Amino acid sequence: MPLIEFENVSFAYDDTPILRDVSLQIEAGQLVAIMGGSGSGKTTLLKLIGGQLRAQHGRVLVDGIEVSRLNEGELYQLRRKLGMLFQFGALFTDLSVFDNVAFPLRERTQLPESMIRDLVLMKLQAVGLRGTADWMPQALSGGMARRVALARAIALDPQVMLYDEPFTGLDPISLATVGQLIRELNDALGTASIVVTHDVAESLAIVDYVYFLDQGQLVAQGTPAAVRTSTHPFVQQFINAQPDGPLPFHKPAPPYAQALGVQA
Amino acid sequence: MKLLFDLVSRLGQPVTNTLIKLGFAARFQLAILRHSATALLRPQLTLREIWFAGVLSVLIIVVSGLFVGMVLALQGYDTLQRFGAASSLGILVALSLVRELGPVVAGLLFASRAGSAITAEIGLMKATEQLAAMEMMAVNPIARVVAPKFWGGVISMPLLAAMFSAMGIFGGYLIGVQLLGLDEGSFWSQMQGAVDFRLDVMNGVIKSLFFGFAVSLIAVFEGYDAPPTAEGISTATTRTVVTSALVILALDFILTAFMFRGV
Repeated sequence: MPLIEFENVSFAYDDTPILRDVSLQIEAGQLVAIMGGSGSGKTTLLKLIGGQLRAQHGRVLVDGIEVSRLNEGELYQLRRKLGMLFQFGALFTDLSVFDNVAFPLRERTQLPESMIRDLVLMKLQAVGLRGTADWMPQALSGGMARRVALARAIALDPQVMLYDEPFTGLDPISLATVGQLIRELNDALGTASIVVTHDVAESLAIVDYVYFLDQGQLVAQGTPAAVRTSTHPFVQQFINAQPDGPLPFHKPAPPYAQALGVQA
Repeated sequence: MKLLFDLVSRLGQPVTNTLIKLGFAARFQLAILRHSATALLRPQLTLREIWFAGVLSVLIIVVSGLFVGMVLALQGYDTLQRFGAASSLGILVALSLVRELGPVVAGLLFASRAGSAITAEIGLMKATEQLAAMEMMAVNPIARVVAPKFWGGVISMPLLAAMFSAMGIFGGYLIGVQLLGLDEGSFWSQMQGAVDFRLDVMNGVIKSLFFGFAVSLIAVFEGYDAPPTAEGISTATTRTVVTSALVILALDFILTAFMFRGV
């Protein structure tokens, strides 16, 4: 049974449709990328899994449980199975690196402090930042903050990992480090992982499967190898970074000459 | 006709917006109360907030109280002396502070010193997705962040108001007795005789409790409700101070009318 399943899911803010008829499945141990331009509905998709938003049509299933049917208590119960890495880490700025990683352990388990200490150091070791345990988040670089946040997200060994734009704003070395960590953690923990991103090179290098999202619809999908050779115009435009194509350079607008008040 | 329609709807829009916001605030208050048990069962969370909202406000409260008391003594002496009642200066200083100035001025200072900080902190936590991260870790931010800040404020406020009044009375003593040469014995004994514990002191404490409740709620709500942008947080912080000031003064009038009517 897939850990994450979307069945014909649609979502709209007021009258603006964000997702239209999206169906996908992700198994345990699978690392999947959702790619699309800004405003294509990628982040909304993650929020539907975490229950921060509720699908208006169709079903979102996490480990067989329909997310949009849950009440607040059940939702918090479900979130215990999820780990999420936020775009800029979202570390708690008033807590040290150690306390940040210890936060989910202290809040959600009754473990003794000595065991929490061991677990935190193990998680920090996994992301290579045990040496920063006593630092405050402000002292970390962008890449290090992302890795600490990753250690915090895996603190309770989640079944599902969600990554919201994990590569944004990182230098090439940090970017490769984070990418590799995502792959390694996925394989070591056997999680189902979703990476929402528009970084083509890095994600094609690490993921098992790719979905392309354009204006709320899944327009293409496939393994990285298949995607690279795809002739689908949207995929072509996206992975070759062409400014114009199925995803137009111009936003729809009244005729140019008319807007400038001149005769064409 | 259309003009009239526009006018009416333009008048109505802010009213509906305000009502909607009030409704949110009321539901938010209920949510805080519902999650208060979890927060209060872990006193170190609330203690931390008492430190930030209360203890760190002590300096400004103590200094302001001292000055307000000294000014009261100077002004009061000048007026009382014309009626040959200068020896009642202690009563004037103590009653003004305990009944009114203590709770009200301490409340205003508390709103600008601690309330604004609470709003900015919660607003920034929201803007940097720290609250969302907490939710995704299955930790309720209202129980973990908001409720402790709210109760920290509620607990701090009466204590700060009491400190303000005490320092003010001491300031009045410095001016009245030490500078202007009033008799020390009559200054204190007249004050002791005229200030009633239940009517004056307790009513002042009740006022400061109300103010603490109002300011804390406004501060946490504005922070939680702030749009997650730089401009949104700055507007929210301003609104905390302005709304708190207005609410304190309006509440003070209502409470005074109930407490001291016809006494």
